Amino acid sequence: MGRKLAQALLAIWVLLIIAPLVWTLLASFKSNAEIFGDALQLPGELRWDNWVRAWEKASVGRYLLNTVIVVFFGVAGTMLLSSMAAYVLARYRFPGNRLIYFLFVSGMAFPVFLALVPLFFVVDGLGLLDSHVGLVLVYIAYSLPFTVFFLTSFFRGLPDAVAEAAMIDGASHTRTFFQVMLPMAKPGLVSLTIFNVLGQWNQYLLPLVLLPGDKSTWVITQGIADISTIAGYEADWPALFAALSMTVLPVVVAYIVFQRHIQSGLTSGAVK
Amino acid sequence: MRRHGFVAGFLLLPVAVYLVFVISPYVQAFQIALTDWRGVSSGLNFVGLDNFRRMFGNDSFWQAIRNHAVLLVAMPLATIALALAFAYLLNAPQGRPVRGAGFYRVVFFLPQVLAVAVVGVLFKAVYRPDASGVINGALIQLGIEPVGWLTDQTLALWSIIAVMVWQGVGFYVVLFSAGMAAIPKDVYEAAALDGAGRLTTFFRITLPLLWETVQVGWIYLGIAAFDGFALVNVLSVEQGGPDGATTVLATEIYKNAFGYSRFGYASALGVALFFLTLTFAAVTMRVTRRERIVY
Repeated sequence: MGRKLAQALLAIWVLLIIAPLVWTLLASFKSNAEIFGDALQLPGELRWDNWVRAWEKASVGRYLLNTVIVVFFGVAGTMLLSSMAAYVLARYRFPGNRLIYFLFVSGMAFPVFLALVPLFFVVDGLGLLDSHVGLVLVYIAYSLPFTVFFLTSFFRGLPDAVAEAAMIDGASHTRTFFQVMLPMAKPGLVSLTIFNVLGQWNQYLLPLVLLPGDKSTWVITQGIADISTIAGYEADWPALFAALSMTVLPVVVAYIVFQRHIQSGLTSGAVK
Repeated sequence: MRRHGFVAGFLLLPVAVYLVFVISPYVQAFQIALTDWRGVSSGLNFVGLDNFRRMFGNDSFWQAIRNHAVLLVAMPLATIALALAFAYLLNAPQGRPVRGAGFYRVVFFLPQVLAVAVVGVLFKAVYRPDASGVINGALIQLGIEPVGWLTDQTLALWSIIAVMVWQGVGFYVVLFSAGMAAIPKDVYEAAALDGAGRLTTFFRITLPLLWETVQVGWIYLGIAAFDGFALVNVLSVEQGGPDGATTVLATEIYKNAFGYSRFGYASALGVALFFLTLTFAAVTMRVTRRERIVY
């Protein structure tokens, strides 16, 4: 009795999660008339041309490509700069060490919205508005606090003996870092890479503010939100649903493949 | 000597990027909040606390505060309650675990990896006010009048909260599951010997032993309740409407800054948001602090 009820409750929540996603996928094959008809009917046929229109006319292909570029360089930069800073802060004693660590960690306490106005003018002043370089630098900067905080504690936990042995063998500090310590920190690096990929992939506010003009630079969240606001009743709704499906599907597939890593990567921050 | 060069070399770039794009804007925000700055070309006057005075006299500011208050109570409460229930069902401390527990955990967590803006667009279609919306389509089939989920003043905020809960529950199921798995089995066996039922076991054993994790979850959700920007911006009618019913501070900041070029006022709102978040975190840690239970 109790077990049946438990199964039923869990199944209801599964349905609540999957239904809107499946419905969106189905709607991407509907005609405009079907979309504005009864929501619960199936598409009359598989209209792949909706997908073609979304990819080409609504520039979803462009948006996705931009997002991949920005997230790739954003996360690579975040991981490189964070691990360099965290390594030095965790394992070297020098004046100002605690101050710099505190400066990084305190960044976690401030809401981004507080910085929004000056940030816009800082980026504008550097001539980096509407540019991917600017967005990548800002992504890196705002990912630093958490990533440095997490990696510092990770590097502190690594044994001293290995680094010392490498140094005695004549490896430089830089070489020791890249060839000995960084590989040892792999589990932490993997978790944080996943954490940052998701965070930067899903970012909406920063691109909205920092890529305000040129549509050809936009990332996917911006593009999708824009398609939906300009989509009135005469607009191309089937293409919007196709665009949504194209955005959601790769993420769902990636999630299913990496779900173990993703779950532990995202929750490890909270359990600390 | 080489050691110092190494340390400086490794810190130079991260610290420079951080100072330019994070620290300097935060410091400037507090300064701009005290000015009437309206953009690059116009002048800038120091106006003291004028922006804050205007803020306290402004209806949409108080509307946003009220909405944050509702969000702050309802959203964490619903999310944590559901997540605790699901995690408890999945872990089934007494007896055999539920069949397919792994599958449930994977599906529950899924919305967490979707972009909030994308989820907003998706639910805009789900919530459509006529038969073409998923929910209203189903209601009409059952012979019930369609509901204006996002256009009804009293409902709109709740519809948005529902989406937040929909997206957030899975994360906390995974978080609480990990916590529950760490509770030793013999504690449950002892309770079972004493004749404790499922509910008693949950409230007398699981919940107290899980308290620290729940507290962490509460702080995370509370901080999320002070954001809400992406969802409100994408999902609500007129970005915070109808008539301010779903507006949040973040939306007001964005509108004032990039809609009306009131940079001074927008920064003052940002300062208010900062102190609210900080107060919340401090109060929560005080109130929920309890003796740590060692087991």
